[in-house]
Amino acid sequence: MNWLMAAFQTLLFAALAPLLAGWLKWCKCRLQNRKAPSLLQPYRDLFKLTNKQPVVAEQASWLFLIAPYIIFSATVLAATVVPLIAVDLPTSASADVIVMVGFFAFARFFLALAGLDIGTAFGGMGSSREMTISSLAEPAMLMAVFTLTMAASTTNLSIAISHVLNEGLVLRPSFVFALFALILVAIAETGRVPVDNPATHLELTMIHEAMILEYSGRHLALIEWASQLKLMLYGVLIANIFFPWGIAETFGAQALGFGLLAIMGKLALLAIFLAISETLVAKMRLFRVQEYLSFAYLLGLLGMLSHIILEASR
Amino acid sequence: MKQSNSSWQADFLEKVNAAGITVEQISLPSITLWQIESSRWQQFAELAVQQNLRWAAGWAEHYQEQFFIKACFEQNGFYIVLRTIINDASPELPTQATVYPAANRSERHTQDMFGINFTGHPDNRRWTRHKAWSDHSFPLRRDFPVQGAPEAVTPPDMDYSFVKSHGAGTYEIPVGPVHAGIIEPGHFRFQAVGELILNLEERLGYVHKGIEKIAEGRAPESLARLAGRVSGDTTVGHCWAACMAMEQAADIKIPPRAALIRGILAERERIANHMGDMGAICNDVAFVFAQMQFTRLRELWLRTQAKIFGHRLLMDCIIPGGVNGDLSEDDCILMKQEIIRLRSELSEILQAVDMNSSLEDRLYTAGYLSPDIAAAFGTLGYVGRASGQDFDVRRDASYAPYNQLTVKVPLEAQGDIASRFWVRNKEINVALKLIEKFIDQLSPGNLIADWKTPLPGSEGLGIVEGWRGEIITYIRFDADNKISRFYPRDPSALNWPALEKLVLDNIVPDFPVCNKSLNGSYSGNDL
Repeated sequence: MNWLMAAFQTLLFAALAPLLAGWLKWCKCRLQNRKAPSLLQPYRDLFKLTNKQPVVAEQASWLFLIAPYIIFSATVLAATVVPLIAVDLPTSASADVIVMVGFFAFARFFLALAGLDIGTAFGGMGSSREMTISSLAEPAMLMAVFTLTMAASTTNLSIAISHVLNEGLVLRPSFVFALFALILVAIAETGRVPVDNPATHLELTMIHEAMILEYSGRHLALIEWASQLKLMLYGVLIANIFFPWGIAETFGAQALGFGLLAIMGKLALLAIFLAISETLVAKMRLFRVQEYLSFAYLLGLLGMLSHIILEASR
Repeated sequence: MKQSNSSWQADFLEKVNAAGITVEQISLPSITLWQIESSRWQQFAELAVQQNLRWAAGWAEHYQEQFFIKACFEQNGFYIVLRTIINDASPELPTQATVYPAANRSERHTQDMFGINFTGHPDNRRWTRHKAWSDHSFPLRRDFPVQGAPEAVTPPDMDYSFVKSHGAGTYEIPVGPVHAGIIEPGHFRFQAVGELILNLEERLGYVHKGIEKIAEGRAPESLARLAGRVSGDTTVGHCWAACMAMEQAADIKIPPRAALIRGILAERERIANHMGDMGAICNDVAFVFAQMQFTRLRELWLRTQAKIFGHRLLMDCIIPGGVNGDLSEDDCILMKQEIIRLRSELSEILQAVDMNSSLEDRLYTAGYLSPDIAAAFGTLGYVGRASGQDFDVRRDASYAPYNQLTVKVPLEAQGDIASRFWVRNKEINVALKLIEKFIDQLSPGNLIADWKTPLPGSEGLGIVEGWRGEIITYIRFDADNKISRFYPRDPSALNWPALEKLVLDNIVPDFPVCNKSLNGSYSGNDL
């Protein structure tokens, strides 16, 4: 039953990710005084791409061909670790949050290799920028995660979430710091404004898009889907770790239904905040990203320090 | 330094004579034309640069079995056209590009189109010629057929020798000619270390349409239509410059009402393009909100144009001798109301733009063009004015209807992207005021002057301030009201080289916004 539940949750993850992307786009359009495309547009785009024949560069090696599958699978595996509508998942017990970060790094490694593989200037440029940013983002991410795991004395996400639920609504300075650190990292890791601009057509400014410029058809669909999944994963992490209320603690139909509604509501709200921030700020100069991510790291560090100083002694 | 008259021409002529150059002054109704020997071509440029003359345009002409090579210089709003005649099957003359970097590409264009060899040229690689015609044929010579002899498929242009860089860690980024966005084709070759741009080389010419060749033999109306298509966003500017040149050659004065309507058209074009550009600059740093607002305002503006003038971009509204349509009382009221609305909407958006620190962070200090480099390349329009180049044809070499009033020329001195953004905003404000004044001055009258067939060989030089800056158009008539030579010099031709300089020391991802802040026309440059 538990394993079935874990599989169901992963399926939900994959199914809902395009909807979140559609909702985010809808919010952004409305904030820019534009008519918005349908919420289902990302599904249509994925469907359209899957039905198209992929065009592959002559210079591409096997690496370029398998990378989309690896990236997508690794992201789906990362999704299995994160409790979406219910806690107490067997997958969370076998793989903790560090494994999840590892899955992300694994996917990114292949994405960067694929960017380099075809030998175009843009691919290499994108890969180099992506690696620069991720090398700065990962320590910040881990620092935020460690703060949480120290508070809950576990790296298992299910247990950590239960811990927060049992504690009740307590304002912990360490959590506030970690929350902000994680938000900053999430924006950088999912390639959103102000770090990257997912909507741009300017090759020279791209980071994530530059690596996947040569992809088309089902390969592109998989990569797009994976990045939508990643966006949702970060959203769920933020929502469920810091505001876990509403998540199902038992596997009853009513509790699960309520859990689903709760997470959708939380994600919708997060997407609105993201859309507002993307409307308010311009993309930052590439060399500012290090300052931005150092700040995220600093927040994570402050979170950990405040945990040790203020909370751990009690 | 500013002189209110053209007395510098007399002083300069003395100096030129003292240097041993014989200048033959040829009197033409509206052009100061000086003719010198071809061997003195470079020496003249050296004297001109000492005198701080600006090199404004260069072109050639194959006329009556001779090659006429011309260069146009300007100071304080007064122009002289320098001419030399070569009577030789393999013509050559000393280059001016060593003295005036602005002459570089123009001379390469002349070399490709006429087979005129500029000796001592610092960079005599081909420029306009890609692979569509062979090395030894020259499209603008008389014996070259209009339809040319193109191959079914133009071969790829593989052997152009770009500047190379060597050393550990340097790498090349080829960008274009086909871009991901819907923009014109042009190739940019970057040499970079990490993200830092060491060198940028432009390779243009992908939109060469043979405009100069297909202009030959046209009637004036037909040429005006062609001129309106030199660069789609500058259709009013180019059309006006061509008509002005033809009217000079035919010795026609256009009616005052026609001049005022032309002024309204040109200012409307300036406003539409500036709004589009300001939005695009914001979009290139992912500040999409502002772009959407500017795009909306521009769209409303264009719709009014479609309603009043019958064309969104105002194509073919200007015709030789006058304009193609009249303005009714209602049209004038509509335009004035629209101006009031636009002002209030713009001020709201600009406040949001001005207060946004993330935008400020991207636009200030990026893409710096120093006043010295701007002056050396003769940069025009908003690019020049954002780097302190105080020049505007509407004020300095005024023509109807601008000569009836004082035109304010806004300047910015910082030379960065923000300067080029805000100078556009100021120009919009000036243009809005001008339109209001022109509407007030409108009085009933003719819209078109009767056309007189110009004498064979008569010439005209149309100089107007298009929205990108000074446009210089040269026209010579043949017998029977037919065009013999048409050369439009778009301001982009002088602004493109400035881009290569202003991106230096910037990082690669900042190039698109640098480019957008300059926004040269590919089509206007390639002809």
